[in-house]
Amino acid sequence: MPRDPKNPRALPEQSEWTFDLIEHAHEEIRRVARKFGLDTYPNQLEIITAEQMMDAYTSVGMPVSYNHWSFGKHFLSTEKSYKRGQMGLAYEIVINSNPCIAYLMEENSLTMQALVIAHAAYGHNSFFKGNYLFRTWTDADAIVDYMVFAKNYIAECEQRHGIDAVELLLDSCHALQNYGVDRYKRPAKLSMAQENARQKEREEYAQSQVNALWRTVPRRDEEEANIVIPRFPPEPEENLLYFIEKYAPLLEPWQREMVRITRKISQYFYPQRQTQVMNEGWATFWHYTILQELYKEGIVGDGFMMEFLQSHTNVVYQPPATSQYYSGINPYALGFAMMSDIRRICENPTPEDRDWFPNIAGTDWRAALDFAMRNFKDESFIAQYLSPKLIRDFHFFAVLDDDKNEKLTISAIHDERGYRYVRQQLAEQYNLGNREPNIQVWQVNTRDDRALTLRHTQFQRRPLNQHAQEVLKHVARLWGFDVHLDTVDPDGNVISSLECKREKRNRN
Amino acid sequence: MTYLIDRRLQGKNKSAINRERFLRRYKSQIKDAVGRAIKGRSITDIESGEKVSIPVKDVNEPNFGHAHGGVWETINPGNKEYQKGDQFNRPKGGGGSGRGKAGNSDQTNEDDFIFELSREEFMNYFFEDLELPNMVKTQLTATTEFKNQRAGYNMSGTPSNIHVLRSLRGALGRRIAVGGSSRKAVLHAERELIELLEEGVALDDPRVLELKHLIHHLHTKLLAIPFIDPFDLRYSNRVKVPKPMTQAVMFCIMDVSGSMDESRKDTAKRFFILLYLFLKRAYDKIEVVFIRHHTAAAEVDENEFFHSRESGGTVVSSALHLLNKIIAERFGSGEWNSYVAQASDGDNWDNDSVLCKQLLINTIMPRVQYYTYVEITDGPPQNLWEQYAEVTDHHTNFAMQKIVTPADIYPVFRELFKKQPK
Repeated sequence: MPRDPKNPRALPEQSEWTFDLIEHAHEEIRRVARKFGLDTYPNQLEIITAEQMMDAYTSVGMPVSYNHWSFGKHFLSTEKSYKRGQMGLAYEIVINSNPCIAYLMEENSLTMQALVIAHAAYGHNSFFKGNYLFRTWTDADAIVDYMVFAKNYIAECEQRHGIDAVELLLDSCHALQNYGVDRYKRPAKLSMAQENARQKEREEYAQSQVNALWRTVPRRDEEEANIVIPRFPPEPEENLLYFIEKYAPLLEPWQREMVRITRKISQYFYPQRQTQVMNEGWATFWHYTILQELYKEGIVGDGFMMEFLQSHTNVVYQPPATSQYYSGINPYALGFAMMSDIRRICENPTPEDRDWFPNIAGTDWRAALDFAMRNFKDESFIAQYLSPKLIRDFHFFAVLDDDKNEKLTISAIHDERGYRYVRQQLAEQYNLGNREPNIQVWQVNTRDDRALTLRHTQFQRRPLNQHAQEVLKHVARLWGFDVHLDTVDPDGNVISSLECKREKRNRN
Repeated sequence: MTYLIDRRLQGKNKSAINRERFLRRYKSQIKDAVGRAIKGRSITDIESGEKVSIPVKDVNEPNFGHAHGGVWETINPGNKEYQKGDQFNRPKGGGGSGRGKAGNSDQTNEDDFIFELSREEFMNYFFEDLELPNMVKTQLTATTEFKNQRAGYNMSGTPSNIHVLRSLRGALGRRIAVGGSSRKAVLHAERELIELLEEGVALDDPRVLELKHLIHHLHTKLLAIPFIDPFDLRYSNRVKVPKPMTQAVMFCIMDVSGSMDESRKDTAKRFFILLYLFLKRAYDKIEVVFIRHHTAAAEVDENEFFHSRESGGTVVSSALHLLNKIIAERFGSGEWNSYVAQASDGDNWDNDSVLCKQLLINTIMPRVQYYTYVEITDGPPQNLWEQYAEVTDHHTNFAMQKIVTPADIYPVFRELFKKQPK
């Protein structure tokens, strides 16, 4: 479309925003987003102050959350660095809910508000609605209701059982939060009303099950000798919090419910942790594409674009590994580059691209991007779409650090021999299963001291960090009896062991 | 459908509870930090927030994670000169090729977790060991009091503040100003009409009719000027001004003889701080004078007052003489309210205590607003205590207390706080 500087719908060149201007900008962004076929939840834009942004920040971005000291700790440190000017606040926080809530900070200029609307309310929003992980694991309709339920339930527990008891329990649950996730099973969707109705029922049922498990009816000796003791659990369980909720012998019903709440929340955030590069890349790609389109149509002017491009380039900057500012790969940079690269492969494929991506080279870029967004997570997305051109552009290289060797080795670089290797390694780097130690419930000693044994299967011989003993204490608090943590090599030989004895007098 | 919601006015301090939970959890550490801060601070500087630091390992939330070791293969951007198969030494201390975020989270530096306590929070911790009654706490923590004062008139305000006289006066002025030219024109027309009629012009002369019409028109126009207009309204304007307060001088007298050890000095400091805080509420400007004494008294600065060590016997009257002299020389003009806080461990030369009593009853007490004395000891009362006890019979503005811990300080001030009109 030819650029028309006298477009009657043009936004005025000013940095102050007004409600009318935001509505106007949003209207234009929505129109363009629809034109590109972005499918989103309805949007709810909320103007907030910097303090409120800090509040939102510290309650992990949820509009309501239960109270816990750790959120206060995050608030204090955020507040400190913000007040000293060491850090700007995030421009945007967006909540995966229906309607999708995006926060606009009042300090931002009109340009930044438009950027945030395009990025959050259309980029992230359509990702939440389309990506298979979010569709499977999260329920945008129910999350806000569920958080309200959680907040009220925990507040009620505090009143009934005391703040300290609740705090101790939450500390323990938080320590295991990353292990409160089902990686393969699909969760059921429930609204608050149903959740409430079923919660009581569940409490009673769960308690009766636990009692059955630990029933100790005396048997005669000779009979016992012949019984093959069934293994419990029959299969290792990866979801530690789930296992504790269902089988910890000494937890009260309300404690089980709180374990459940923390693991539900953890499950809700699990897709976000798995799609960092994709999610940010998708949102960045779309704010860039949408605002460029608005500029072409003459709706925004040169001044707007200068301001926008400045913050855009800051966001997608990738310092090289030798830079003092380097702190790992910037997910915005990688994601944006990959999304843009898919479009390039579709529109202007080189022979190399035709060779590597025969399925998408020369096809409709919108369809190709939409497919990529819907059906991948970081790990598989990189394994599928990272092109040799990007590997060259980023100058990616692989460093092998094996503690058996004295020196580090460069195992691959951005050349013909290295492309596939680099791509595979980078994908592995985003595999949560490799990043976090693989720890599962191995066995419960149902006949003797009721000790729980966890098993850490080593990945690449990597040891556990120093917190392990500390976390084990939390497991023991939840379980109520001794807890062992065996580290095994890939062949299943136990190579080291930690344990935490539960003192009988201190049980609470 | 889209909603644009302005949330700025609601829910400001959502994290307040979480913050309070945090403080609650680390109460003992924070109290230690506040205790250290009180020792380190000047008395006059007591009322501000404080930076508190807690070792990171105490506030850590543990999580399972990988430590460094085993095999790590990482992809990094920005290759310049490496080729496949190159080997190089491990960088020391995580610089250079950086392992990124690759999970060695236990290697984060062991800095302290530092945060700011607000002034109120700091004061609350300070008051905690003093066991002040709540009412006193609010008195002390309250910010400056304001009083409403008239400050002319305003064009806007609430209806209850309308100033009737001013508004009507304005309306009158406006009516005169707006109607001026019409009124003048009416006057002219009427005069001309009378002249014409006196000349005997017929009543239906076109000029007469024209004039009559004009006069009628102008009168209508004048009547249309509103009696009062929103523009005329004046509202009484009131502004808040800080309550004017007078000045006070506070004398801190402390026995620094060898028997006053560090912990006693620390208790004494809290005693002085409390008096200072009280005075701060009541007075705009406060001078603090420090007098320390053993066998001889001297006026010193705060640092020397609390930190220098002396030894030897004790002659309390030397300090009282000096106090008397300073009041007479510098604060005797009647514009100053004098308060004295004396801390000692009760030792004194036997024959000196009687002299002290005489000095107090006859010379000093009539000149000061309030005299407080604390004896920081757990032993039996000595002769100074007995002599001082007699002062109470003569003067009601004298308070004394034997204290062992900071919690015992407050009763000394009970009278003082009670008198404070609220």
